[in-house]
Amino acid sequence: MPDIQALINDFVLKLKRRKIEGSQATARQTAELLRAVVSHQRLPYTNQALALLDAVRDVGEQLIAANPVELAVGNIVRRVLHIIREEDLTSVASAVDGLGLSTNSDDDDNFEHDDHPILSAAAVAAAARITLRAPSLQTLLEGLPEFASAPRPSSSGGDSEGKSKSAERKKLKHDVIEAINELIQDIETCHEQISEQAVGLIHQNEVILTLGHSKTVKEFLFAANEKKRSFRVFIAEGAPRYQGHVLAKELVAKGLQTTVITDSAVFAMISRVNMVIVGAHAIMANGGVIAPVGINMVALAAQRHAVPFVVVAGTHKLCPLYPHNPEVLLNDLQCPSHLLDFGEFSDCMDFSTSGGSPLLHVVNPAFDFIPSKLVSLFVTDTGGHSPSYMYRLIADYYSSDDFVVEQRIKS
Amino acid sequence: MTMIIKQSKPSVLTHQTRLGDDEIFMAIDPETKELLYYEDKVDLSQRLILLDKMLLVENGAISLHNDKQDCYVDICSLGVLDLFVDNFDYQHLRRHFVKGLLVDDIMGCKIFTHEIQSSYAARVDNFRSYDTISKDIVQRWTYPFVPDVRYLGNGLQIKLDREGIYKAPDVVQSRSAHIDAFTVLGNATTVGDNTKISNSVIGQGCIIGHNVVIEGSYVWDNVTIEDGCKLSHALICDGVHLREGVILEPGVIISFKVEVGQNIVVPTYSKVSLLPQPSKQDSDEELEYADTNTGAIESTSMATVMNTSKLDFTLGTLDAKISGKPELQGSGPGYIWSSSEGGTEEECRQSIAPIPAGKLLELLQSKIYDNNAPDQDMINTPASGELLPDSESTFGDGDDDREYVDFEKEVEATFQRGLTGVEKENVILEINSLRLSCNMEQADCAGALFHSIMKQALVAPYSCKNELYANAIKEIIKWGDLLKHYLTTADEEFEVILKFEDICLGTTRDFSPLFSNILTFLYDKEILSEKAILSWAQEKEGADESDKIFTKQAEQFIKWLREAPEEDEEDDADD
Repeated sequence: MPDIQALINDFVLKLKRRKIEGSQATARQTAELLRAVVSHQRLPYTNQALALLDAVRDVGEQLIAANPVELAVGNIVRRVLHIIREEDLTSVASAVDGLGLSTNSDDDDNFEHDDHPILSAAAVAAAARITLRAPSLQTLLEGLPEFASAPRPSSSGGDSEGKSKSAERKKLKHDVIEAINELIQDIETCHEQISEQAVGLIHQNEVILTLGHSKTVKEFLFAANEKKRSFRVFIAEGAPRYQGHVLAKELVAKGLQTTVITDSAVFAMISRVNMVIVGAHAIMANGGVIAPVGINMVALAAQRHAVPFVVVAGTHKLCPLYPHNPEVLLNDLQCPSHLLDFGEFSDCMDFSTSGGSPLLHVVNPAFDFIPSKLVSLFVTDTGGHSPSYMYRLIADYYSSDDFVVEQRIKS
Repeated sequence: MTMIIKQSKPSVLTHQTRLGDDEIFMAIDPETKELLYYEDKVDLSQRLILLDKMLLVENGAISLHNDKQDCYVDICSLGVLDLFVDNFDYQHLRRHFVKGLLVDDIMGCKIFTHEIQSSYAARVDNFRSYDTISKDIVQRWTYPFVPDVRYLGNGLQIKLDREGIYKAPDVVQSRSAHIDAFTVLGNATTVGDNTKISNSVIGQGCIIGHNVVIEGSYVWDNVTIEDGCKLSHALICDGVHLREGVILEPGVIISFKVEVGQNIVVPTYSKVSLLPQPSKQDSDEELEYADTNTGAIESTSMATVMNTSKLDFTLGTLDAKISGKPELQGSGPGYIWSSSEGGTEEECRQSIAPIPAGKLLELLQSKIYDNNAPDQDMINTPASGELLPDSESTFGDGDDDREYVDFEKEVEATFQRGLTGVEKENVILEINSLRLSCNMEQADCAGALFHSIMKQALVAPYSCKNELYANAIKEIIKWGDLLKHYLTTADEEFEVILKFEDICLGTTRDFSPLFSNILTFLYDKEILSEKAILSWAQEKEGADESDKIFTKQAEQFIKWLREAPEEDEEDDADD
């Protein structure tokens, strides 16, 4: 436990100091940390999943609080929680199925928690099957999802309880860790999977516009280039960091025809463009996108000129929260010294002679919010989707009980 | 040792940095970034700094800066500690240690500088820097060290809410309260109706009543401010209770747990505390190193006596403001620490409050006046440099000219004494001694004397130039011998002619039309020799038109001099 605490503190510190750049790196490191937490967690005899959930939720709360701007952290925490619930239900379901329909009414006395109704094995199996399926109207009407939060390994058949318990305990952890490994694998290979779809999207003699530097977009374009598609790229430089210049160099190194423009020139040049492809910081549940600053302008220009606006992002960026949720900070105001040199403007900020109130404010927002109606297509590692479909993906990856990770009781 | 510096321009009017210190002048080698000269207590009335010319000998180039802010972050090698062991009486890091190292040749220690551009570093050592740095943090120049990032510790998460207000959780804010951007509200603070808060930082657990106006202030934790108070540019420490209607003027500092009664007006720049102001019991050492700039906060280092006034109170008195005197505070005991002998001058330099507009206007006007008035010093600046604070300074060669002016004044004084009846020989003696003491030459004496004589001619009233001419003639006759005493060689006479030109051009233009006439007269009186006049004409041949005014005037005479035969002629060549 002490080791894990040190690991957690270390990571929290890195998050607080904004030392980790990029959602993918953050997501991967979060997943690895949670895997370590799960494997170190000593599970009690009963209600293992609950213990695991509590442990992960505990750590997750700290991580989210350390950097609330980076939504990928929260996404991965919720993914892991969902994994735990799923694995637990799978093990329950398989145990129940294995035992057949042996009743457990004799097992009333074995129940340690009293706030849930006693269920028949059949009912439990049915519940398990239903929760593992995608949510549907039937599920809603039957009102059974609450079982998901109180998995009951003890509700399986009484006789084999002893044996299956120890096997289950190991199995649950094992399964969860395996699933987290898969998750990490997915995060790491998201670029490859997205790039596979490049060929289908980019055709001959296309002109593509992008803004700033997104690794996903870069890989996407490289893949299309390798498949011998000939296309040209317009890059808006992406003030104030001017990462577009970096991308331009990389594309030219691969032999792609590149044109660099300023952000302000996007409206002027959009008429020459066939398609806009950009990366995102996060995708919200309603299909809205949080992207680097300036991309909203590009989206508006694209809409004006009927140019398809494509957002490429890995599924670790898909956030189950809606943008109006107070937990979501839509923007991050960063250091103004990226914009203006402090020394040059220090005489404008001399508070002793300017009457005490600062006359010069320099604001450097890092993100833009793009409403879903401006986006034509999302390309994720699971394929291409329209914005109206994104909420459905959430059900695959997240459980609704996990949307609020914080334990704090609001007054 | 490497010193971290950051560019930050000082104010042109007040000659003060953003952080309340005086301007710092640094000379830095642009290639190696070595620090060659450091001065933070420049005497601004002199407007001069003196640099050792050996600096240029050793270094190819130096650049002089006054727009750098010393961050007081130094990266030292291990040897630095040893230096402190040896010299144990370094009291001030910059004034003693750094300056000592810079002039010390024996040890050969070098100090380098490193300028930071997008990073931020600063030191809080007085109230002005507290205010400025707080404002910089709220404006996010210190990202990620900003209020909404929990960089250190696990405090409650402050959120940068809409409209740019930093709000901690559980802030209760009335709907009619008006809070401006760049304000920080701490946890569990309540803000009442119609309250206006702008540019301020409010701590945790504060209760702010209705109709309060808070501007540019810093309110710490657990403060209660009742209805109708007005705070501007004040600092309120933990646990203070301000009753209804209190008005805090700019620059007030209220210390921990003070209670201020109803409707009291606390005068500007005052400090109110429950503890008495420490009186001076300074050792001699502290007297020596007393730094008046840190203001009355570091009161133990003040060299002057400070008044403490113990105030006893009755409840509920409502006296209006009395400036500068102790006043009653309705409900609690307290002391008002009055300012030191530096007075409000020092206070306003380093207070939280901005410098009042009246004072700024004053500074602006005095600056304009300084620029317009022909400064004595300005005449004496060498042509190679200007003495504006922002530009390069020159070496101290301007001293010579100033000395000449002094000498001239002395000579004139002596001459005046001579007028009152002192014997000529004594006057000569005095002038000689002056010459020796000021290291001047005979020519200078002659020139100065001539100047005095001409000035004397102006004393008598005259209405037209003929009368002036007559006066001048009279004086020259009177004092001709005295003058002749110093005109032993042609060089000296040459000098006198030049001096006469200066007089005509400069201080007493009345003489201009009379130049050639007087010149002729001087020649006739054998005060000036032909040789001198001709060599002066010769000299002026190659000069600009503007310099030739007088040669033109005297052209006739000069021509006559050249063509005339060797012996003197009595003819005048008046034009």
